[in-house]
Amino acid sequence: MASTLTREQHLELYYYMRLNRELEEQMVRLFRQNKIVGGLYSSFGQEAISVGTAYALGPGDWIAPMIRNIGALLVRGFKPRDILTQHMARYTSPTLGKDGTSHFGDLKSRHVVSPISMLGDLIPVMTGIAMAGRYLGQKIVTMTWIGDGGTSTGVFHEGLNLAAVQKAPLVLIVENNQWAYSTPVERQVPLKDLADRAKAYGIESAIVDGNDAVAVERTAREAVAHARAGNGPVLIEAKTMRMRGHAQHDAAEYVPKEMLEAWKKRDPLDRYEKFLNENKLWDAKTKKEIDARITREIQADVEFAENSPFPPPELAGQGVYCDGCHTVEADWKRPKEEVMPPRSSVKPEWPLKQFGGNGARSSPANKVSPKSKPGKKPARLAARAKAGR
Amino acid sequence: MAETTYLEAIRQALAEEMDRDPAVVLIGEDIGVYGGAFKVSEGLLARFGWERVIETPISESAIVGAAVGMSYAGLRPVAEMQFIDFIACCFNQITNFVAKSHYRWGAPVPMVLRGPCGGGVHGGPFHSANPEMYFVHTPGLKVVCPATPYDAKGLLKSAIRDNNPVLFFEHKFLYRRIKENLPESDFTVPIGKAVVRREGRDLTIVSYAAMLHTSLEAAAELEKEGIDAEVIDLRTLLPLDRDAILDSVRKTNKLLVVHEDTRTGGIAGEIAAVVTESAFEDLDGPIRRVTSLDTPVPYAPQLEEYFLPNSAKVVAAARELAQY
Repeated sequence: MASTLTREQHLELYYYMRLNRELEEQMVRLFRQNKIVGGLYSSFGQEAISVGTAYALGPGDWIAPMIRNIGALLVRGFKPRDILTQHMARYTSPTLGKDGTSHFGDLKSRHVVSPISMLGDLIPVMTGIAMAGRYLGQKIVTMTWIGDGGTSTGVFHEGLNLAAVQKAPLVLIVENNQWAYSTPVERQVPLKDLADRAKAYGIESAIVDGNDAVAVERTAREAVAHARAGNGPVLIEAKTMRMRGHAQHDAAEYVPKEMLEAWKKRDPLDRYEKFLNENKLWDAKTKKEIDARITREIQADVEFAENSPFPPPELAGQGVYCDGCHTVEADWKRPKEEVMPPRSSVKPEWPLKQFGGNGARSSPANKVSPKSKPGKKPARLAARAKAGR
Repeated sequence: MAETTYLEAIRQALAEEMDRDPAVVLIGEDIGVYGGAFKVSEGLLARFGWERVIETPISESAIVGAAVGMSYAGLRPVAEMQFIDFIACCFNQITNFVAKSHYRWGAPVPMVLRGPCGGGVHGGPFHSANPEMYFVHTPGLKVVCPATPYDAKGLLKSAIRDNNPVLFFEHKFLYRRIKENLPESDFTVPIGKAVVRREGRDLTIVSYAAMLHTSLEAAAELEKEGIDAEVIDLRTLLPLDRDAILDSVRKTNKLLVVHEDTRTGGIAGEIAAVVTESAFEDLDGPIRRVTSLDTPVPYAPQLEEYFLPNSAKVVAAARELAQY
C-alpha cells in the first residue's frame, strides 16, 4: 500500500496509536480502582481512525474530537496527563475539574474545540470555524468526527448542508463502528454505506477501512487537500468496530461473540505493526524503544494525576462569564480593507445560475422508458400512496 | 439626528459596529438580498457584502452552531432568528454548547443572537412568543430586552462588544411604533443595568420591553387618581439588576411586576423571591403581578387582547395594591 509518509512519520503514527491504546488500558485499571470519577469510553479497535485522520492536518487546522478520539487529542499535542486528570476530576486538568472525559480543548494554540455530549452539534460549529478561517484568509481546514448513530441527529444534517452550500473547508469523519450504544447500525440508518449521506448534500465522500492506519491517513490527507483547495467539505466513512461496550459500565452482551472474533483479526495495531515489519520501517529494537517510552510516559503522568489535588469546592461558583479574563482576537491573514466598505460593497442581487424547472428532461437521450429503472419508482410511490388511502 | 424608530436604531447599531470592527458579521435566514423578514438588515448586504452578511438555509441549529465556531475563531457574529419563536429549534446549541462553553473550558462565545419577540400583532402561537425565561434560567447567557430606540441601539452595541453570548429580544410591536431622537455620537448602554423611567412614591412597577409602555400609560392614569407610581425598566433580565429593584421597593414599599411573558415561571416570580429575601421588612403589601395568561399566544384579536396585559389591567392591580 503506497504511502507518502517518511519512516519517522510512520513510527510517529505507531507511537500515537500505541499510546492511545495503552493510555486507555491504563484508564480501565484506574476505573476498576474507582479513581475515574465518571464514565470511561474506549476507542479500542478504532485508534487508526483518530490518529490517522488527525495526523493528516496541518498545525493551523482545527479539530473537535468526540469521546472516542483520544488519539486525535494526542496527535494535537495534548499529553496523557491532560486526559488522566480530566477523567480523575483533578484541579490540574485542562478544565480544572469542571468537566470530564475528552471534554476539553485549546482555542489559542492547539485549535481544539471541546465537544459536548449531544451528538452532531460539532458539525455546524466546525463549519463556522471553517467559514471564519476563510473569511480571515487563513486557508485552514476543520475536522470533526461522529459515529454511525450520530448521523441520525437533525443537527448532523443541518450542519452538513450548511457546510455544503457554503463550500466550507470541513472534513467530517463518520466512524461507523457498527453500534450506537446497544443499537446496531442497520437499525440506525437504512444504508449499506453511511458515505451515501454525502450524496444528499452534493459533497465528496470516501469509504475507508478504518482499521488500516495507512489507508485512513492517506484518505484523510486527500480529503484535507480537497477541502483546503476550496472544493467544499468531504465526508469520510471509516468502517470499523467498537470492540468494547459503549462505556466501561456496559458489558455489551448484545454484541454477537462471532462479530467480535471476526473483527479481532483485523485489529488496527496488529495490522499496522505487520505493515511496518513488511516494509522494513522498523525492527524489534525500535518497537521496544517506543513501547518503553510509552510505558514511561504513562507511568509518570499517572503519578502526576494521582498526586494532583481535587479542585477547591468554591471553584464551582466561578467562571460562568468572561469578565475580561479572555481576549477575543481574530488572526487576520488578509487585508481588513477587503471586507470593509467601499471594497466590500456588492449589488444586493442573487447571482442565479439557473431558473429551475419542472424536472422533465428535454434531451431525447435522457428519455425514460416505462420499463427502465427510474420509471419504476414513481409507479411504486403511486402504489404506496394508493395503499395509504 | 432625525427621529429614529426602534427598528432603525437596531439597524444603525449593526451597521455602525460592522463599520467599526471587521470581525462583526451577520448570519441568518433571508437577511441579505431581502433584508430580513422585518427589514432590520436592509441595505447591509449592499454595504458589507456576502462575506459579512451570510444567508443560510432554514437551519436554526446550524446558524447558532456556525456562529459559535466563528466566535471561537475570533469573530463577533450576530445571528438572527427570523422570529424568536424559532429559537426553540436551536435550544440545545444555546443551552448546552453556547452557555456552558466558558464555564467548562474557558472558551468565550462573543456572539449575539437577536430576533423579534412578543405579541400584539396577531402573529398567533408561533410568531408571538416571549421565550426569554428559558434562557434567563441558563447560567452563562445574558438576556437583554430593550424598550426604547436609544436602549435598543446602545444595548445592541454593548452586546456585540461583550465577550459573552447575549440573547437580544426585540419586541416586534415596538419596531415601527416608537421613535426617539438619538445622539449622533457613538454611545452604548450597559448590560445589566435597569433604569427608573418615572419616579414615584406610592408603589413600584417593574417592567420591560413593550410592557414598559403599558406600565407608563397606566402610571399616567394612576396619577389622575392620586397614585404616584415609580416605573422601572429592567432592560436586562440576565444579569438582573437586583439593586435597582430593591432601592425602589425600599422607597415605595409596594411592588407590582408587569410582563408580557406568561405567568408561571416569569421573571416576576424571581423578582418576588429577591424582594422577599432582601427587603421583606420594607414591604407594606403583597407583591402583585400582571402578566399574560398561562396559555399559548392565541390568534384571534379578541383572544389575544384577553391574553395580554394592558394598561387597564395594570391600573386595576396598582389601585388595589395602593390601598394597603
